[in-house]
Parts: sequence; C-alpha cells; structure tokens
Amino acid sequence: MLNVKDLHVSIGENKILKGINLEVNPGEVHAIMGPNGSGKSTFSQVMAGNPAYEVNSGEIHYEGKDFQALEPHMRARAGLFMGFQYPVEIPGVTNIYFLKNSLNAIREAKGLQPLDAYEFNEYLGEKMDAVGMSRELTRRAVNSGFSGGEKKKNEILQLLVLNPKLAILDETDSGLDIDALKTVAGGVEKFRNKDNAVILVTHYQRLLDFIPPDFVHVLMDGKIVLSGDSKLALELEARGYNWVKEENGID
Amino acid sequence: MDKKKKENSIEEFTNQEYKWGFHTDIEQEMVPKGLNEDIIRLISKKKNEPQFLLDFRLKAYRHWLTMTQPHWSHLDIPRIDFNDIIYYAEPKKKKEVRSLDEIDPEILETYKKLGIPLEEQKALSGIAVDAVFDSVSVGTTYSKMLGEQGIIFCSFSEAVHTHPELIKEYLGSVVPWRDNYFATLNSAVFTDGSFCYIPKGVKCPIELSTYFRINAKGTGQFERTLIIADEGSQVSYLEGCTAPQRDENQLHAAVVELFAHKDAKIKYSTVQNWYPGDKNGVGGIFNFVTKRGKCDGDNSKISWTQVETGSAITWKYPGCILKGDNSIGEFYSIAVTNNHQQADTGTKMIHLGKNTSSTIISKGVSAGKAQNSYRGMVRTSPNAINARNFSQCDSLLIGDQCGAHTFPYIDSKGSTATIEHEATTSKISDQQLFYLQQRGIDPEDAVTMIVNGFCKEVLNELPMEFAVEARKLLGVSLEGTVG
Repeated sequence: MLNVKDLHVSIGENKILKGINLEVNPGEVHAIMGPNGSGKSTFSQVMAGNPAYEVNSGEIHYEGKDFQALEPHMRARAGLFMGFQYPVEIPGVTNIYFLKNSLNAIREAKGLQPLDAYEFNEYLGEKMDAVGMSRELTRRAVNSGFSGGEKKKNEILQLLVLNPKLAILDETDSGLDIDALKTVAGGVEKFRNKDNAVILVTHYQRLLDFIPPDFVHVLMDGKIVLSGDSKLALELEARGYNWVKEENGID
Repeated sequence: MDKKKKENSIEEFTNQEYKWGFHTDIEQEMVPKGLNEDIIRLISKKKNEPQFLLDFRLKAYRHWLTMTQPHWSHLDIPRIDFNDIIYYAEPKKKKEVRSLDEIDPEILETYKKLGIPLEEQKALSGIAVDAVFDSVSVGTTYSKMLGEQGIIFCSFSEAVHTHPELIKEYLGSVVPWRDNYFATLNSAVFTDGSFCYIPKGVKCPIELSTYFRINAKGTGQFERTLIIADEGSQVSYLEGCTAPQRDENQLHAAVVELFAHKDAKIKYSTVQNWYPGDKNGVGGIFNFVTKRGKCDGDNSKISWTQVETGSAITWKYPGCILKGDNSIGEFYSIAVTNNHQQADTGTKMIHLGKNTSSTIISKGVSAGKAQNSYRGMVRTSPNAINARNFSQCDSLLIGDQCGAHTFPYIDSKGSTATIEHEATTSKISDQQLFYLQQRGIDPEDAVTMIVNGFCKEVLNELPMEFAVEARKLLGVSLEGTVG
C-alpha cells in the first residue's frame, strides 16, 4: 500500500529525515515512536504533502502511484488521511458544512454520487455516536473553541466519516485524559479492517495498550534505527530511549 | 507542492475572467460628450422634467464648478476628464413601453443572461425588480400588485411625473446637493434610478430590487435612488450591478437616499459587481457613490448590507443619521479586492437622538496587488444621551502583495456615549489551507470556504436569495488565489 524508500526531507536549511524506509500493507498497524525532535511529525506531514517541507531525495509510492506528484487534496482523495497533532481552527465554517464538503469531494473523486443534506446527516449521526460526540459540535465552527480533547475526537470523527485506506495519526493521543484516550482508541478500532492500514505516530506506549501494533519502529535523528513487534514498545516504555541511542551511536 | 507552484497559482488568480463582461448590441440614443449647462438642460428636457428639478440640477452644477475632487481617501485615482464622458444614453425605443412585453427583446435577453428575468411569471419569486439599463429604467415588475397596498415602486423618472410632490419634498433631504464632489455632480446630471414609497403601517410583502447595468461605451452612470418609509412601515431593498468588460474606465457616481419616519424600518442590501478591470489594472468602473439614510423618526431603523466585489475603484460610505430617539443604524460590509482593485469603503454613523445605537461589522478581503481600506466615522452629539456604538473591522489577506488598512474616526461629544471598536488583521494561513486540502478539498474551494467563514456574520444579514448569489460571487472573485 505505502512504500517509502530512502526518504530525505528538509525544512529550510535543516535536514530532518535522513533516509527513511518503510513498507505498510493492508490490514497492518504500524507504530512510529521516538523522542521529541526525532522527525515523527515531519514524516506524517510529508506523507500528506505539506508544501512547507522539501523532499530532497527518495521515493514515496502509494498503491503504485508516485505520491510526490500529487497535491495534498489529491492524496486525500486517493485514500490518505492524516490526523493532526494540532487540528486547525477555521472560523465561521461549521463542522458539518466542512465534513460534508470534504466527504463529497472524496466521493466525487471515486465516481460516487454526493450525499445530500439528509443522507449526510444520518450518516454523520452514526459516526458521532461512535465517538460519543455531542451533536452540538457539528454546528460550531471547525475546531474553534474546542477543548484539546474535543479537537482530537473531531479528528477521529473525520477519520470515520471519510473512511480512508491509510490513516496516519500524528500524536492523536497527546494531551488526552484516559477516558478521551479510550474513546479515540475505540474510534480507531472501529475504523480498522483487513483492507486498510494505520500508522500511529506516538511518544507513548499507552495508546498501544488499546491498539496493539503489528510493527513498532523507533525513529531517531531522522532515521528508523530499530524495528520490532509490539514487545519493542513495551521495552521502550520500561527502559526509555537512551539505550537505543547508545546502541546506535547517537548523541 | 513547492513554493513556485504556489506562486503560480496566486498568479492564476489574476487571470480569472469577469463573467458578466458581455456587451449588448443595441441602438442607443446619446447626448453629446461633455458637461455644461446645455447638456443638463438637454437631459432635463429629454425627461420632460418640471422646472424645480431643472433648477435643482443647475444649482448643483454651478456649485460643482467651484469644487475640487477630494483626495483624502487611500486611493490612487487617475485624473478623470469630466468632459470626455457621455452623460446620458438610452436604448432607442420605437414607441412608449407600456408593459414588460414591449421591452426590447435584446434587453430582456441581457437581463436573462445576468440571471434576472424580467417576465413576472419567470421572475424570482417574491422579488420585484426595477431594471436600469445605462441611463434609464427599462422595466419594473410587480408595480401593480404593490400599488394595491399603496406602495409606489417605479423608476425615478416616472415618479417625477406621477408623484412630483414626494420628489420635491425628499430629493436632497438626506444627501444635499452640495454634499460632496461626486454627489453634487450626480445632483446635476442624474438620469434615472429607482423610487420607492411605503405608506404608513405597510410592511412591504416582497423584496424590492434594482439591477443596474452599464452597457454603452464612454458613458457615465449617475443614478439616483430614493426610498421613503412612512410611519411604522417596513421594506427590504436589494441592489445589483454589472457592466461590460472594457479597456476604458467608466464613471459611476450614484446617490442613494433613505428616509425612515417614526417606527419605520429600511433594510438596504447591495451586491456590487461592476467590471473590476483586467489583471493589469486596465479598465474597470470607478464607483464613487454616496449612500445615506436618515432615521428621522423615533424608533426607526436603517440597515445597510453590502457585498462589494467589483469596480476598479470603490469609494463609498453608506451611513446613517440617527436623529430620532432610540433609532438604530447598522452597517454590514464585505469588500473583496483583487488584482489592482482599490476599495476605500466604510460608514458614517451620526448619533443625534437619545438612546441611539449603531453596529458596524466590516470584513475586508484583499488578494493580488489590491488595496482595501475601511474608513468609518462614529460621531455622537452632546444631545445623543446614552448613544451606543459597536464596531468590528476584520481584514483578511491572501498572498503577500496586497494591503489592508483601517481608518476609524471617533468623535464623541457626549460623556454618556459608549463606543467600542475592535479590529483584526489575519492571513489565510498555510495551515488552514493544508488542513482543508488534507480532507480532499481543492485549494480554490478551500479559499472560498475560509473567506465565506470569515464573512459569515455579514452574509447572514443578506436576504436568502441574495446570500446564495453573494456566496457564489465570493468564490468566483477569488478563483485561483492560492495553490
């Protein structure tokens, strides 16, 4: 599904990713872990096509397509979803209007009929129940005045509404209390099936308690220095990152 | 998507086309170019006007000769040769038009192309239309139905003949003939426009509207609109404007006067979409307009809503004189400038009566190399006890070559007045665009969505039919802005 080869990325003068290789197949859950500043968020942003980052070399293939040739909205329409670490506020645009336009843009790209207001309302209602969001939030402007937890739930709501093939969730667990974390994890579990894939970008093991990953990758200094199964996450939780640094000769 | 590509898309914005730029090929009757007393007499004669109106025109003209064009606005206005303008143009008609069926089919077709059918059975339901083509009104719909309630809705020229007493009483009562350079010019040479009178206690059952179309080359459009709401009456009025695409600048200097008696309410909405000029700033309409409403009676209310997307230069400040006690003035504005467009627009709220209140919500959107200024004045007189004003002026910038400016003037003579002013300037952020794009929304739709969100408080003030049109227009005006 996703194939990343020797990816080098910089922002301005700073080289952030220094040769990433990753393969993700349908039905898999990957966790990308690592300390602050290791390049985790950059990885997510680059997959989604944020123009602020410059790809210096390397390849990104998604379902056989050269992803770098596609603008962000075309990547989204091809089935990529990124859950934002810091969801953006769009003042004056209601959540429901935004979600309906978003879903219909993606449906149109797939050659499906757009949902009308009535159909969409019904569809949205089901998804909101799944993440336990109050209906009132659909009438508010996108993320405006939302609490941290509400913003993250809103990301998961969008994940369920848009139902992509590949979901990259960038620190969706950060800043959540345990109940909100359970809701978010529950939403991701609802989304998962054998045909789609999830990449969880996270600092902590605690999200992985609810969503056990098939693969865990440790990102340090712009490279994946270690990969393993879910046991690796537990080891990192217990021992921290320093031993990995030492073993790989990173300051 | 790299930076270069993004810049290219910003450039694409400048290549957008004006979709109302066609010209209607029709025989027209014009007066000779230039401005002098003979021309004014000729216009007055063509319209078979009573003496008092000719006197009004000449008085204004003689005063205008002593005036100079004002330059206090934040606008770069090229020199205007007032003798190089045709002051009167009308479609040649074979005979007197007695009903809409007799209007020249070419003109009917023009309005149809603009989405304004003049045939009543096909007309937008619930909206009466007066269509002004160059210097004359070519047709008014629903006049008969409105007449049954005592509502007068017709062209200004017609009202001069059918209701001269009303014209005599109210013309210049809100915008005096010596008011300002362009209003005085208008007073001398105005040709047509709409007239509306709502009798005591009548709530106008449908929206009234005027669609202005400049068609002829080399002409100026100087229309005059007068709306009078008698005691306890209510009316909602809409105004739309378009013009063909030309290399020359055309002058549009209109005057709108609203007069609200005791307990009366007037809501006046404008969607101004005159030709803005091309991407290099060639051509386009100079839109120098004086609009003012007088809340003469106690408890009266006047509300201005404007969506200004067209014109090369816009210079207008729809204001309210709040004379009656407890009277209310409102101004809701969206001004979008793009390419080389310039707008200097805002409002004047003059508080004279007790407990008067005013609200100003202004949203300026600039893109390309455009300059967009809000200029507003709030004045409270010593007698305006407990006057209240709230002003909010927000500017949104798209790209980094445009400008937004805010010039609020506050002149408070009363110690009991409460005046609040809030202002913000923001840019459409890359994060917002990226977020929407990541959800499958293409960049142009994303910009439109953000701009619509930014303008929401004002869009909400527009009557339903107009709001839909205005939303679309915002989208079209901003096509290709950001990549």
